[in-house]
Amino acid sequence: MKSLEELRAIREKMKQQMDLRGPNEDNIRVVVGMATCGIAAGARPVMAAFLDEIEKRGLKNVTVSQTGCIGVCRLEPIVEVFVPGEEKVTYVKMKPDMVPAIVEQHLVNHNVVTDYTIGAAE
Amino acid sequence: MKELSLHILDVAQNSVSAGASRLDITLREDARGWLTVTIADNGRGMSPDFLARVTDPFTTTRTTRKVGMGLALYLLAAEQTGGRLSIDSAQGQGTTVTATFDRNHLDCPPLGDLAGTVALLIQGSPELELHYCHTAPGGEAELSTVELKEVLGDDISLAEPEIFAWIQNYLSEQEAQLEGAVQER
Ligand SMILES: Nc1ncnc2c1ncn2[C@@H]1O[C@H](COP(=O)(O)OP(=O)(O)O)[C@@H](O)[C@H]1O
Ligand code: FES
Ligand SMILES: [Mg+2]
Repeated sequence: MKSLEELRAIREKMKQQMDLRGPNEDNIRVVVGMATCGIAAGARPVMAAFLDEIEKRGLKNVTVSQTGCIGVCRLEPIVEVFVPGEEKVTYVKMKPDMVPAIVEQHLVNHNVVTDYTIGAAE
Repeated sequence: MKELSLHILDVAQNSVSAGASRLDITLREDARGWLTVTIADNGRGMSPDFLARVTDPFTTTRTTRKVGMGLALYLLAAEQTGGRLSIDSAQGQGTTVTATFDRNHLDCPPLGDLAGTVALLIQGSPELELHYCHTAPGGEAELSTVELKEVLGDDISLAEPEIFAWIQNYLSEQEAQLEGAVQER
């Protein structure tokens, strides 16, 4: 069974990493719409997949957050990506299996995954 | 919604939107398969007049669309199993939403990923004091952010992906044991 002891060990590891890293400037933000229709359309596993992938790759310059309604029910789940100095990118009708490509291509290599964007859907 | 845990996520988001600093999510299952879900917050609450029509799908304070569906859908889900929904609320004090479900009823959705729901709620509102408790005849699953913060201290946020992963695993282990114990009966 997992225990609070294990959480303590995670804390120690994270603290060491923080000391090495220092404050980071170019923070990328991933925002997932989590209002009623987002949740009904599958936003929860999409959100979990982003957190998973970001943890696995150890990306320290990405924050994932939740917001309410982004405004277009039929395109939910919707995810917005903000890279400093670049235009906002909106991904629509998201599924967990689309997440690794977005993380690798967009968040790491700064190439938008055009096929998944709102522009491609419209 | 395909899972009760998704309803719980949605109804709990109302508490977050209402500015709650404390949220209590309690599930209690009895030996006959009746489940009572209580979601209680200390947010801004609702006026008696608003409360009277809050499960009407056309009641919402959101501005992005004209219908608010969360509570209307939740009511429907409970009533479809022969259960009920009741909401207590006082302005400036908070809101308690209580729903009952007959888990043996054909129309009762599965509980679904409760661990994922709780982990995401905490990730989305790392400052929130959240208490989660699920009791069933087979045992109990439990988590409090107060305990987690005692371990983590001030400099590690509950929103970190590493912490999210730990919470999810920690609770899914407990939930799996509960479900296992229920099935053995
Ligand atoms: N816990 C709560 N505290 C305060 N107000 C609430 C709470 N839950 C719901 N409400 C109010 O009821 C409205 C309807 O809620 P809901 O049915 O979930 O639809 P929506 O969240 O889409 O508006 C909300 O917009 C909000 O004004
Ligand atoms: S929740 Fe559907 S458009 Fe906002
Ligand atoms: Mg709602």
